[in-house]
Amino acid sequence: MARKFLGSTAAALAAAALAVSPAKLVAQTVKIGIINSYSGFAAQPADQMRKGIDLYVKEHEKDLPAGVKIELVKRDDTAKPDVGKRLAQELIARDQVNLLAGVILSPVAAAVAPLTAEAKVPLVDTNAAGAAIPRLSPYLVRVSFTLWQEGYPIGKWAAQQGWKTAYTAVSDFIPGHDAEAAFIKGFTDGGGKIVGSDRFPPTNPDFTPFIQRVKDARPDVAFLWVPAGQQATAIMKAAKNLGLHEAGINITSTQDLLPDEELPNMGDIALGLVTSGNYSADAKRPANAAFLAGWKSAYGHKAIPDFFSVDGWDGMAMIFDLIKATKGNFSADQAMAFFKIWKTPDSPRGPIAIDPATRDIVQNIYIRRVEKIDGKLADVEIQTIPMVKDPWKELNPPK
Amino acid sequence: MPSALSAVFFIGFHGIAFAMVLYLISVGLSVTMGMMGFVNLAHGVFAMAGGYVMTRLMNQQGAPLPLALAAATVVVAVASLPIERVLYRRLYGGDELDQVLLTMGLVFMSGAAAQYLCGPLQQPLRLPPGLNGGVRLGFGEVPAYDALLIVCGAGLVTGLWLGIERSRFGAKIRAAVDNLRMAQSLGIDTSRLFSLTFALGSGLAALGGGLGASLITITPGYALDNLVYFLIVVAIGGLGNIRGPFLAALLVGIADSACKYWIPQFGAFFIYAMTMAILLWRPRGLFGRA
Amino acid sequence: MAPPRAVRPRLSGAASPGAPHAAAIDAFAHRHRLRGYEAAPWLAALAAYFLFPGYLPLVAQILATILFALSADLVLGYAGIVTLGQAAFFGAGAYTAGILAAHGWGEPITGLLAAAVAAAAIGFLSGLVILRSTGLALLMQTLVVAALLRETANKASAITGGDDGLQGMQVWPIFGRFEFGLFGRTAFFYCLAVLFLCWLALRRLVHSPFGRSLTGTRENVGRMHAIGAPVMRRRLTAYTISAAFAGISGALIAQTASFVGLDSLGLERSGTVLIMLIIGGVGRLYGAFIGVPLYMIAQDRFSSIDPVYWFFWIGLLMVLLVTFARGGILGLVDRLRSWGGGLR
Repeated sequence: MARKFLGSTAAALAAAALAVSPAKLVAQTVKIGIINSYSGFAAQPADQMRKGIDLYVKEHEKDLPAGVKIELVKRDDTAKPDVGKRLAQELIARDQVNLLAGVILSPVAAAVAPLTAEAKVPLVDTNAAGAAIPRLSPYLVRVSFTLWQEGYPIGKWAAQQGWKTAYTAVSDFIPGHDAEAAFIKGFTDGGGKIVGSDRFPPTNPDFTPFIQRVKDARPDVAFLWVPAGQQATAIMKAAKNLGLHEAGINITSTQDLLPDEELPNMGDIALGLVTSGNYSADAKRPANAAFLAGWKSAYGHKAIPDFFSVDGWDGMAMIFDLIKATKGNFSADQAMAFFKIWKTPDSPRGPIAIDPATRDIVQNIYIRRVEKIDGKLADVEIQTIPMVKDPWKELNPPK
Repeated sequence: MPSALSAVFFIGFHGIAFAMVLYLISVGLSVTMGMMGFVNLAHGVFAMAGGYVMTRLMNQQGAPLPLALAAATVVVAVASLPIERVLYRRLYGGDELDQVLLTMGLVFMSGAAAQYLCGPLQQPLRLPPGLNGGVRLGFGEVPAYDALLIVCGAGLVTGLWLGIERSRFGAKIRAAVDNLRMAQSLGIDTSRLFSLTFALGSGLAALGGGLGASLITITPGYALDNLVYFLIVVAIGGLGNIRGPFLAALLVGIADSACKYWIPQFGAFFIYAMTMAILLWRPRGLFGRA
Repeated sequence: MAPPRAVRPRLSGAASPGAPHAAAIDAFAHRHRLRGYEAAPWLAALAAYFLFPGYLPLVAQILATILFALSADLVLGYAGIVTLGQAAFFGAGAYTAGILAAHGWGEPITGLLAAAVAAAAIGFLSGLVILRSTGLALLMQTLVVAALLRETANKASAITGGDDGLQGMQVWPIFGRFEFGLFGRTAFFYCLAVLFLCWLALRRLVHSPFGRSLTGTRENVGRMHAIGAPVMRRRLTAYTISAAFAGISGALIAQTASFVGLDSLGLERSGTVLIMLIIGGVGRLYGAFIGVPLYMIAQDRFSSIDPVYWFFWIGLLMVLLVTFARGGILGLVDRLRSWGGGLR
């Protein structure tokens, strides 16, 4: 009787001792809270990101150190920032995750950021592309991209083609404004002139009149930007119906206009389209070939990954590298110190690194053109701009 | 820069094409709301279903556009019959809020089902080569598909109006909308009339959804995203009639195109303000009954 | 548009058939008195504090949303105004509290009051314009008001943060002592207290002569005109008060999340509160207490099981509810009670 009592007391004390310092456990499970936007208008990017994350974990779980396991807790922020913040609170306080990852939408990331600082739980941002997001908390690191990173090079490139005049037409919300500002700066830095800038309402079924405006202005090049996903095909269709290309107007954008998954849907109207991006599924490098092989075997031979998938993949790669280096045993500050200097040459998108000064991603930006190869549409990389840092942060140093 | 004339021509042309799509989708809603007094927020689901069936038939079975369109119309009209009988019928004359709950539930379910079956991206629409691109007409170049929409739309609208004006079925519909009890006392089988009218409205919506797939893209969120447009057309046009929504659709379609062309940043403001102004002036809609 | 809605049977049972005449009058005259079961929601909330300590942020949001649904019930269930634009007032309150907190004034309670005033002002002004309409026209007007407000907030992104949302909110501790922390305890008690006070006020209002005249304007406008009651003024007052409460709920959400986004003015926000209220039961003041937790907890649970397709299940629930349980959950309760009474 007494032995049982002592035994259970000892067990209780041991459990209490372990509970006091969770970060110092020896053999353990690393819990990662994934906040994604499965329902709502961001469903397609969310789906791609989820697949990228899941695939990495599936393929690399065996690489974890002995005795260390990984557990993903997935939650849906339904594209609302206050829900996202509450989920982060619950993941931190109730589920006691060691790390947070994910977040599609910039407003959600902005809402979650203060929590990461208050609770000292790092967030690995695998998509939200608002330029200032890493500045919102010292426990935030981003592995995806910013619109300035992509918009500025394509603006410069367009000017280099000898195109003198440009017209921009973007979705009227902050990512669109970022893309527009970045392209304009790049184009004007390259010596070009902007003849018009339009912003159209973000949710919009019919783009034809907006494209007619662009066409009437007769620029050498048009920069069209909509959020990646459903709208891209609609705007390209309007461009095709109005014969933008035939009118001698070149069309450029960032990769949001041409997510790889949509390319077969778009059909021939996408031919000749030039975009800048950090990843295209047709890229020819060994890491991508391996990535694609794993993707098709997991999700079917018709499944196509895009940049959302790769950003999720790389986020997990970085986390796994942390776990391997620390044997699953790390404090928040140790994690951030590791993340800040992380780099890899083996991402499906090529070499990537984190800039320790900004905790933001540094990566190759590729200029790609859609061409027809063997009867299939492919996004071919025609130029590489190596290791681009986020131009916005360089132009806007912290006060 | 183009002349003002060619800009007006383009806006008018595209606006009318858009209006045709809006009308075909919304006319059914106006009639059923006027006749059965039923707030059918799920009306967009039928348009969405028409779009999905049509694109699936075209993409997977390789069916030509007219056939796929006709099939979509018939399939959705027929499928709407059991829905009306089992779910809608018990709520006629009842609490509008129950109707809101039912139809919103259907909207949620259909959006999730569409995403599950067809994925979250929009459905690709591969038009026959002649319909991609532009065609020179009058004062400028217009999208060929717009021209098709206007021609088809005009034909369908004429057919519809003649049908309602001239046929017995149309007479019964007009009677039931005017005065339901009187129509019943005249021996009109109103529950059968409701079913047929509902099917007609849903079929037309499917037709509009399929025809308009180029302008209003087919996505899982279709029914919810475009609900406001359809409601605006019905509210401005007036309930229970087929002419009012036509005028309203023209107004909305042309205003929408004009705003997008001339004041792209403030287009949404204008449409909402216009709606409010018209409804304050004519609360029952332009052609509504007093 | 549709025939007038039937008068709902009161929870006090005054409508049960065969009840003695005097008892019915007595019950009607005293329906403003507090009854035992009315303590239930508050006890449930306190129980949640002890039973589900890890879920306090969710409970706090549920409490704030209950207040939002109550404001919708006032205008929908009591004044009979069907609205798809209640988010206009919610968002107005949220942004008022948010902008104050982001520009140096983070005191929560005065923030709440400011939010109430701002939202009430918008309710009053928009009500003046649109409340003459009825039916579908009124529904569309309410929708348009909210949509216009949302467009304005998007354009004025210098003040509101636009699509990125309002950032930099610094909410001060309540009474200088209770900080809003990670576990959501302060948020929980804050929302609970505000909800309680607002509910007391609302309950008083609904059982007052004003509240009863609202029921009159809902049931039979012609009659009300005939007896000389100022219908438009009553509706406008109810609309403005409802807007104030909606604004308070928006401010609660903004302050506890330290963030305001454009979705607080969106159609989805307006539609969802309507759905939650209908599920619980409209025009009974307690529908909100049932519908909101049911919906939000279901959403939380479903979306962690099946994040991608929870809309399907909630849609199915709604369809089943309407098909088998007309009048919301409270309507179902009523029917069970009268069924049980009839069996005796």
